[in-house]
Amino acid sequence: MAAELGSRAMFVAGGTDLFPKLKRRQFEIDTVIGLDFLPREIHNGSNECTVDAGVTLADASRDAHVNARFKGYADAAGLVSSPPLRNAGTIGGNLCVDTRCNYYDMTYEWRKAAGFCMKKDGDICLVAPSSPRCWAVSSSDTAPMAIALDVMSLRLRATPEMRSAYVKLRRRGSIDFPIAGAAVAAQLDGDIVTSCRIVLSAVASYPLQATAAEAFLKGKRLDGEAIDQAAELAARPAKPLDNADLTHFWRKRMVRVVVEQALHRISDQGAGFDG
Amino acid sequence: MKNELARDVERVVLFLDVNGERRDLLLPVHKTLLEVLREDMQLTGTKHGCELGECGTCTVLIDGRPELSCLLLPVQLQGRAITTIEGMAHGAELHPLQTAFAELGAAQCGYCTPGILLSARSLLESNAKPSRDEIREALAGNLCRCTGYTKIIEAIELAAGRMK
Amino acid sequence: MRDRPHPPLRGDLPGERGGENLKVVGRPLPRVDAAAKVTGRAMYADDLLPARTLHCRILRSPHPHARILSIDTSAARRIPGVVAVITGSDLPIKFGILPVTQDERALEHEKVRYVGDPIAAVAATDEEIAAAACDAIAVEYEVLEPVMSINAALGVPKDERIQDYGGPNNVHKFVALEFGEVEGVFERADHVREDVFFFQGNTHLPMEQHSAVATYIDGKVTLWSSTQVVHYVHRALAKVLELPMHRIRVIGAAHGGGFGGKTDPFAHEIIVAKLAMMTGRPVKCTLTREEVFYAHRGRHPVLMWVRTGVTRDGQITAMHFRTALDGGAYGSYGVASTFYTGALQTVTYDIPAYRFEGCRVFTNKPPCGPKRGHGTPQPRFALELHLEKIAHDLGIDPVELKRRNFVKPDTRTVNWLRVTSCGLEECTEKVMVASRFRERKKQAGHGMGFAISSYLSGAGTAIYWNDMPHSEVQIKVDRGGVTAYCGAMDIGQGSDSVLATIVAEELGLQPADVRLVTADTDTTPIDLGSYSSRVTFMAGNAALEAARKMRALLVEAVEAGGHRFEDVTFEEASILAEARFGTLATAGSYTPPKIAGPYKGSGVGPSPAYSYSACVVDLDADARTGLITVNKVWIAHDVGRAINPLLVEGQVEGSVYMGLGEALMEEQAFRKGLHKWPSMLEYKSPTFLDMPEVETFIVETIDPEGPYGAKEAGQGPLLPVPPAVCAALHDALGVWIDEIPVTPEKVVEALRRKEKGEPARYGPSAFPSIPYPPTIKVEPPPKDPSATAASI
Repeated sequence: MAAELGSRAMFVAGGTDLFPKLKRRQFEIDTVIGLDFLPREIHNGSNECTVDAGVTLADASRDAHVNARFKGYADAAGLVSSPPLRNAGTIGGNLCVDTRCNYYDMTYEWRKAAGFCMKKDGDICLVAPSSPRCWAVSSSDTAPMAIALDVMSLRLRATPEMRSAYVKLRRRGSIDFPIAGAAVAAQLDGDIVTSCRIVLSAVASYPLQATAAEAFLKGKRLDGEAIDQAAELAARPAKPLDNADLTHFWRKRMVRVVVEQALHRISDQGAGFDG
Repeated sequence: MKNELARDVERVVLFLDVNGERRDLLLPVHKTLLEVLREDMQLTGTKHGCELGECGTCTVLIDGRPELSCLLLPVQLQGRAITTIEGMAHGAELHPLQTAFAELGAAQCGYCTPGILLSARSLLESNAKPSRDEIREALAGNLCRCTGYTKIIEAIELAAGRMK
Repeated sequence: MRDRPHPPLRGDLPGERGGENLKVVGRPLPRVDAAAKVTGRAMYADDLLPARTLHCRILRSPHPHARILSIDTSAARRIPGVVAVITGSDLPIKFGILPVTQDERALEHEKVRYVGDPIAAVAATDEEIAAAACDAIAVEYEVLEPVMSINAALGVPKDERIQDYGGPNNVHKFVALEFGEVEGVFERADHVREDVFFFQGNTHLPMEQHSAVATYIDGKVTLWSSTQVVHYVHRALAKVLELPMHRIRVIGAAHGGGFGGKTDPFAHEIIVAKLAMMTGRPVKCTLTREEVFYAHRGRHPVLMWVRTGVTRDGQITAMHFRTALDGGAYGSYGVASTFYTGALQTVTYDIPAYRFEGCRVFTNKPPCGPKRGHGTPQPRFALELHLEKIAHDLGIDPVELKRRNFVKPDTRTVNWLRVTSCGLEECTEKVMVASRFRERKKQAGHGMGFAISSYLSGAGTAIYWNDMPHSEVQIKVDRGGVTAYCGAMDIGQGSDSVLATIVAEELGLQPADVRLVTADTDTTPIDLGSYSSRVTFMAGNAALEAARKMRALLVEAVEAGGHRFEDVTFEEASILAEARFGTLATAGSYTPPKIAGPYKGSGVGPSPAYSYSACVVDLDADARTGLITVNKVWIAHDVGRAINPLLVEGQVEGSVYMGLGEALMEEQAFRKGLHKWPSMLEYKSPTFLDMPEVETFIVETIDPEGPYGAKEAGQGPLLPVPPAVCAALHDALGVWIDEIPVTPEKVVEALRRKEKGEPARYGPSAFPSIPYPPTIKVEPPPKDPSATAASI
């Protein structure tokens, strides 16, 4: 059906991202194809856990097993938007959530008044007019965490040593998209980091992996000093621009803080599960 | 006026369960649940503040859980139980939350009240004695500009106490 | 009257003083419309859908400043389902809330002045068709240079000025007044301090989008609207539609939140009436959320400069206050707003010599107007922080310094404002004790701050000058039933409940026994509407008079029948009275006392009574991130008398909420001529998780002129919150944020400056040079230490 309709059709799961965009005429299509047939179960295996794409964010965030083994993932799902949206929005939908920009996530009339940007109907980026590319920001909370956990098709894999944490910065306690965030998954042997992934949200057009910080931490004792240095390394590649809430200078400064907080949570956590 | 009939809008026949009553409808397929409730069923108790999923005003319960009616399409909701504010009282008898909201002044302009009452009802159904922080978490998707939330929290606590 | 069962007292609340024997006044009763609101049965304007209703959408300007060269609606008219299309030439007559600034058109056909200015309107069989038709209207513009800041507006316009009236360049209004002589006093003062502050604009953000429905039947327009003032809408419709007022009826639908934002007559109200007249069908227009941001009339951005002279022990000797208001594109209430930025400084602190210079400019933004506290939260913020700083300069405890300058009850201020009851001392003591403010420990990252405020209980003069009452109430009694009629509009604050409570108190009934007919220009006598916190005081006094007259009739009839009034039921009394007098109807009205001072401009500021508030904010602030967590707010409010303490608390808590939103996150910001974030996602309004605990204390000073001593509650308690937040932040981190909102980046920047040895503050560096006109010198009122409310 999708192949037949081409670009005039889109898939919809919970609809919490797509429908507002359709109302603002950011997409102009004739048909939405419901994904209600998607499986919506959480399968808990001995050292992995599969979350079907159709599982709602609310269910994923409240699942006891996900919380016990993949704390960061449960937290990330539970920090998306607000309670009624988490009841409708799905894990699959949040992974695929469109990039955001406050020059783009506006009504048709507003975008027309501002001059259309390259993401829809126009040919320049209003945030960075000299740039050849779009600077809209990846604003998924669960995608960075999924990448940090090295997810294979929504299959969360854990070893007993696996710990994870997600820290989200936003203006209000609810509703808002992230303006900076850190997803960290790490394996620890005692307090030595054996492997680690750090993925940043809302500082680039895609979930940004902080590879230098990851490499630095490998084999290190996860103490205050290591965390400080890793956070500084992690923040360096972040390039927030003036297209989300609060100033980008401050957001840039805050990247280091959220990474630090996430790493401290990892270091404070016990092992992911006792199995 | 003949021309307006010519508009090419796909319509569907749907059966919806609203407040325990089966409703048969012929609807343009793209109409949101919010619009259908208010315009096709005259259930105007469901309000709207943005129609973009940002304010929580249009909250209804789908199978007992709060969702935003401005972002739901009725075609997705066949066979699911839809509850609106009109379905909250038992006949003439108000739900304990409604009574508590009235007694404590938790509704001022009253516009966010239907959505907040439904979110609160869903909370109390899964957590009979929520803490203040749990109330705040559960209601965090519903904005109110009048009350400062204080009397809403007190009213939910009062109702929870009475429902035991 | 035989006693009816009365609701129980709540021991923890004031209002139940011994000996006064009030039966329902002072009781925490549910509001009279509570059941309708908790069941979803209250009918708001957008809930109304008369048969055959057409839906209206409005085409708005995409340019902040442009001349309209042509408008072509032919393609729109051809769209199936479009019934009517109108443009500015269909509604050319200008209107506006103030008689001196009739500068708006329902639809502009010559020039647009902000993004969102209405240009054309379509009535169609459904909203989607109307929107598509708006899209199909072709407008040719000559784009003009937009003026987007106070400084730009003070300079010579590049293309042309925004409005064709006002002062030089884009100045709209100047005010320059001096009460007593300040200059000599500054020279003699022990200490003089100057500060500059900025309060950013923000908006009301009512949960309900504005909506109006009109019908035209038998040559008569009926409009249901979400408005705070049916009367002003009535006047504007009559003027623009060129219909006599008796052919227009305006009815206030259930109201989904105003906060001042629905106090002007609006374009969409006039448009639907016109379209109903043209089509013969009901027409409805509900603004989208984005359009609500353009309707605005919200808080003016205000730049402020203040200089104060004090004695060594902190006594104020003179003050000079300057303001510059960014008014947006139209007048709205702006002239009044400008006066208000200088009027109420004197009703909290005794200032012996006072000079005020104000200036409002036009910019290419949605028009600013009245928002909760109208024109006074900005100077209150500046004044409270300025006095904090003076206290720090002098090494005096700020609370003590403020206290030494508190106005006393029964005085006249230097600018001739009459103060009757004043609970500043009591309010201050309440929050000091409850918050343990004086016992707080100095601890980095944690702080507490204190501030006070005052607000009007209704403006002492009407918007358009006249000698008629500001509020009128009629009461009808028949066969034991009571109905009260009043033009007042319940916008959620509970004015219907106040009316019912007062009538019930006088007639020995319960509020729920009183039927109400309100806010309907056909059936109710005038009330000037729900703004400037006037309804409890004014409509309350009118209701009191009408109810006492009715009671007198009942008593007379009962006694003529040989009974004592106390021994019969209300039904029996009403039957005796109706038999004796025929139809039982009484009326009461309220006209404020003539208390304005003897100078031009004295009409803004006088009020029959002022409320007073004191507030303490407790917060944690993180030096590294600048993030602030407000832990708790204590607030005491002198409401005169709480007619219904539950509703008073609701108003106080709601004010604290809105004050915190303004202090910490709300901001009407612009970028490249456009509103930066016209949505509820990006305009930050505090959620359940952002609101701290609030502890409210009601203080009753029993005002001599308020109904049962009542004053206002809905606006004053917002005012002390922003300065208390900033004072607390200084307590926590040692930096001053002299600009609202206090965002984390400003805190971080102030701390950076502090570290570098620069002044530890964030805020505007200078006040612009403004060509204020020569100051009008006004002799202060004579000081009479024996003055009482009756004699002044």
